Amino acid sequence: MIRFKYWTAFVAGTLISAVLALPGAYAAGGYEGLEASGANVHDMASLQRGAKFFVNYCHSCHSAEYMRYQRLAKDIEGLDEQMVEENLLFGGQEITDYMKAAMPYETSADWFGKAPPDLTLVARSKGGVDWVYTFMKSFYLTDQGWNNTVLENASMPHVLWELQGIQRPVYETVVDENGEEQTRLKELVLDEPGMMTPDEYSAAMRDLSAFLIYMGEPAILERERLGIWVLLFLVVFTFLAWLLYHEYWKDVKK
Amino acid sequence: MAKPASNFTRQLESVGNWVDRRLPVSDFWKAHISEYYAPKNFNIMYFFGSLALLTLVNQIVTGIFLTMQYKPSAAEAFASVEYIMRDVEWGWLIRYMHSTGASFFFIVVYLHMFRGLMYGSYKKPRELVWILGVFILLVLMAEAFMGYVLPWGQMSYWGAQVIISLFGAIPYVGDALVEWIRGDFFISDATLNRFFALHVIALPLALLLLVVLHLAALHEVGSNNPDGVDIKAKKDDQGRPLDGIPFHPYYTVKDIFGVGVFLTLFAFVIFYAPTGGGLMLEKDNFIPADPLVTPQHIVPVWYFTTFYAILQAVPDKLLGVILMGAAIGVLFLMPWLDRSKVRSIRYKGLGSKILLTLFAIAFIRLGMLGLAEGTSAQVLEARIWTFVYFAFFALMPFVTKYEKTKPVPERVTK
Repeated sequence: MIRFKYWTAFVAGTLISAVLALPGAYAAGGYEGLEASGANVHDMASLQRGAKFFVNYCHSCHSAEYMRYQRLAKDIEGLDEQMVEENLLFGGQEITDYMKAAMPYETSADWFGKAPPDLTLVARSKGGVDWVYTFMKSFYLTDQGWNNTVLENASMPHVLWELQGIQRPVYETVVDENGEEQTRLKELVLDEPGMMTPDEYSAAMRDLSAFLIYMGEPAILERERLGIWVLLFLVVFTFLAWLLYHEYWKDVKK
Repeated sequence: MAKPASNFTRQLESVGNWVDRRLPVSDFWKAHISEYYAPKNFNIMYFFGSLALLTLVNQIVTGIFLTMQYKPSAAEAFASVEYIMRDVEWGWLIRYMHSTGASFFFIVVYLHMFRGLMYGSYKKPRELVWILGVFILLVLMAEAFMGYVLPWGQMSYWGAQVIISLFGAIPYVGDALVEWIRGDFFISDATLNRFFALHVIALPLALLLLVVLHLAALHEVGSNNPDGVDIKAKKDDQGRPLDGIPFHPYYTVKDIFGVGVFLTLFAFVIFYAPTGGGLMLEKDNFIPADPLVTPQHIVPVWYFTTFYAILQAVPDKLLGVILMGAAIGVLFLMPWLDRSKVRSIRYKGLGSKILLTLFAIAFIRLGMLGLAEGTSAQVLEARIWTFVYFAFFALMPFVTKYEKTKPVPERVTK
């Protein structure tokens, strides 16, 4: 049935090599220079820590308005509804509520010049969680105040500076292609240590990243667990269909 | 001798006969399934017809369930999709089947059409089969475009803004036309609402009707095959084509195998890469539509990017729109552009083979360039491939008329 004439092979070969060899034009608008978070959404302990971190440090300003508190108890092993109610809810909230920030948007918009964005889908809208992970590690302090290498002049101050400590920028002078000297940021160095060591801080951000992946798509846990069984079923089904096909086609092919 | 029929079998038979005297069910089954003779030499490229039907059914069935929860209003659409993804039982699976299904529909349809180009399935007497197929492609594109607006994310909104504004390039009536399509002075609730109506009722109905006509026309003239040999020319004493086999059971079992392979790939994407690396669900579409904030980089979904690249390759907007329309419209002319004595690429000359290969590369490469940021080097490259794309059609009458073809066998090869 499948016959490879020489020209078919030639066409397929040409197509594949053409697509691979031609200089890449494809750019999905990704970000450069991001650090891989290494977050594992299936690590329940990490998810738990991430959830706690999110509620303690992010959630007073940032909402997650498509996410219900109840879902955390349902999905994350080791969390039950009582624990969520006691530890994660603000006053006056129900467990079935969506995760609305404590601070009204109008107030926060006044304070920061821009309302803090909803974070439910941030891991998805940034094309992956690495953006957030790198962002949270890239704050630095200058005489003008806080800035960030991932998002220049971000409205957000470094709320976690007590944990991470204070990073300061180191600049270098390079000569660009036009022969002009340019000053650019070389690296960030930890000037004042925080309550966490750099490794501890990275681990906390990894947990937060895992939680953000989960919150962007709670179904990811079930999806990736279930997928393997669906694929196994389909492989067996396809094999049986192939046997059936061969049995029927014996008299055609003779 | 057969066993005497049981009471039950006889009763069943009489019910069947009762229906048959009033509705030609078994005649239909015979004419189109059990005694529809298809060439026995179909190869792998012939799976995509039945797979296109499968993806169509998938879109309709999952679509029905999505409409039960989706809210076609600018204020609620985005949140209702997230509601489906989170709070509706199996909502995430149904939604991913629909969103991934759209991309797979286009993969299947593009390969199905490429099969037609390879084996000359548009040539006499199958001109109408081909033309109805191109209409299906057009309706499918409109259907997919409007479907992509419904989640009401940033890319839904700004993609619609870009595509609809193309109609504004038409002289005199352009602006009025754009306003008429949007139903407002900008993309708004009114636009979303009418796109929903078209996406779930009008266009699917048109699509189904066209598919029925496509199949009716096909079954009238019979299927082509990789050799392009007319199997009806050689028949046995009972009038059955010697190289034909009944569609059922032979191609039904074979297509079930094809369905298995397809579903395995489909399920892999649904369960392990539902955004298709940002190609099937773009990252900006996870941000609710905001008329005040334009995304940095507006690109249509991958299955439109070939035509989008052609649009961008032309400096003049109106000319770009015309060329983009022509890129699809020219497909209608295929039956008359190909003047070869033979149907299949197997027996055509080297010129046709080179043209078809270049066309395929141009199609893919333009698709990649349509996703790119549009630097001047990329625009220049897009112009070259646009030229190649149209050269395929422009040169075809001459190449196919004058090139040396190989002799076509009388019967299909194994």
